[in-house]
Amino acid sequence: MSLLTQYAFLIVPIVKIAILVFIVLTVDAYLTWIERKVVAHIQSRWGPHRVGPHGLLQPLADGVKFIFKEDPLPANVDKVAYFLAPFLALMLALTSLAVIPFGPQRFTVLGYQTGIGIADVDISLLVLFSITALAVYGVALAGWASNNKYSLLGGLRSSAQMISYELALTLSVVGVLLVAGSFSLREIIEHQANGHLGLLGWNIFGFTKDGVGFTQIIGFFCFYIAAIAETNRVPFDLPEAESELVAGFHTEYASMKFAMFFIAEYTSMITISCLATILFFGGWLSPFPASWTFTHYVPSLLLIPLGLWVIFDGMRYETIFGRIVLPGVGTVLVAIGAGLIVFPVVNEAIQGVFWFLAKVFTFLFIYVWMRGTLPRFRYDQLMSFGWKFLLPVSIANVVLTSAVVLWRMH
Amino acid sequence: MTGALVIFFVLAALAVVGSISLIVQREPIHSALSLIVVMVALAGLYLLMGAEFVAAVQIIVYGGAIMVLFVFVIMLLNAGEEERTNFSKLATFAGIPLALAVTGFIAAAIAHSSASLPAPEPSGALTSTKTLSMLLFSDFVYPFELTSFLILVAILGAIVLAQREN
Repeated sequence: MSLLTQYAFLIVPIVKIAILVFIVLTVDAYLTWIERKVVAHIQSRWGPHRVGPHGLLQPLADGVKFIFKEDPLPANVDKVAYFLAPFLALMLALTSLAVIPFGPQRFTVLGYQTGIGIADVDISLLVLFSITALAVYGVALAGWASNNKYSLLGGLRSSAQMISYELALTLSVVGVLLVAGSFSLREIIEHQANGHLGLLGWNIFGFTKDGVGFTQIIGFFCFYIAAIAETNRVPFDLPEAESELVAGFHTEYASMKFAMFFIAEYTSMITISCLATILFFGGWLSPFPASWTFTHYVPSLLLIPLGLWVIFDGMRYETIFGRIVLPGVGTVLVAIGAGLIVFPVVNEAIQGVFWFLAKVFTFLFIYVWMRGTLPRFRYDQLMSFGWKFLLPVSIANVVLTSAVVLWRMH
Repeated sequence: MTGALVIFFVLAALAVVGSISLIVQREPIHSALSLIVVMVALAGLYLLMGAEFVAAVQIIVYGGAIMVLFVFVIMLLNAGEEERTNFSKLATFAGIPLALAVTGFIAAAIAHSSASLPAPEPSGALTSTKTLSMLLFSDFVYPFELTSFLILVAILGAIVLAQREN
């Protein structure tokens, strides 16, 4: 027992890392399902619906397929870089989640004080940026090592794009930093807490306690565009533009190595959504004023109807599997929703995490939504947009915010 | 204390191995990768000394921005394996003794000064970041601005050089 408490500083983070990686990989897998479903419905298709009810087991089937697929090694590849690239991409993408605080609570396990999130660093935003700054190597090395002209072009495009948009990404956050006066993501969220104003206190609206507001909406605009470019998603997915470059930097990758790039992309989407939530949308703070305690039943109000719908939907299925799995999931959802009403202590505890996850999933949905609606940029448009529009606007935001902060001081 | 010492030696070994590999590698991109390892190891050393801000900036600026440009240029030129010339006579007679002398000099300097150097005070990252910025913009504002000016001149020079062709 004493050994446990002695090494609690080692054991507790390792357990938390294992839990977080498990959750994130599951969310990644189901994000592919959500993406395929949503894009399919935007395009008037069904999307995956053969494997399990609503195609819900498709991610599992894909995972099994990835593991058992043949993994050929192309001729004349640079072996070190070729094998290093997917590991680097996945490792850095997962590591960047370590500094994200998912909820407000702090608790003590085995005499070791910790919170919801792996590490609570004072300069967490800088740590996050330093990890994402290295993320480009995964893509660049993959493109270079594959000994394939399409891969090389994809890698080159991605490096150029990431260099260009990283500036705008970093500068767009400076406004928030100036307002909050801290590099700690936890403190940035706590700075946006504004009891009687609710969502108006978030940085996107920026009302302070005395009722004067200074919005960071320009900062958010720059941040979100640059973030989409950083994660190589539509409309900035030129590194893997399939009509021009086959599949871009991961053309020569198959099996699990390809899956690693895929997981890395989805994980960085999650990280960016968490970051947008924390910096501009109040993190775990509820959008309602603190006095509206009845809004604490929102999680139950969402979970119970969802669970009931899933139960009734499962009845439509003629397969035994659909009839068992869907009603089972539905019953669990209803039970959780009802349990939250019955136990107010638990309900209070999950409020922060609930709002955090709700906002993150909204951003993830917007990612998918954009993929379904927007066309791709041309390469020169991408570059001139980044350098001639996004960068000046984010610098202007820094100057403007500094002026306002200075004016408020006096 | 011993834990910190172990981490120090791991990071130091990583930095030394990375530096040697940087010179020995024949493929330019492997050299660039070795340099990135050195940068990250150095950032780890800064972190060990309690300079969190400097460590993060080291990775963002050197590991992220500058080395990405290196890798980008190497990829763009598609530079092949580097060709080695024969070991030059100048290196044998002047280079090796000089290198040994410099190494001995630095080692002697470190051995003599280690006792007198004050150990860095362990401080919170926020305070260290704040103190750093206060120092930069008060006591060291002229060197700081001068450095920025120097960088600006270098940028302008690069643009002039690049545009001379047209």
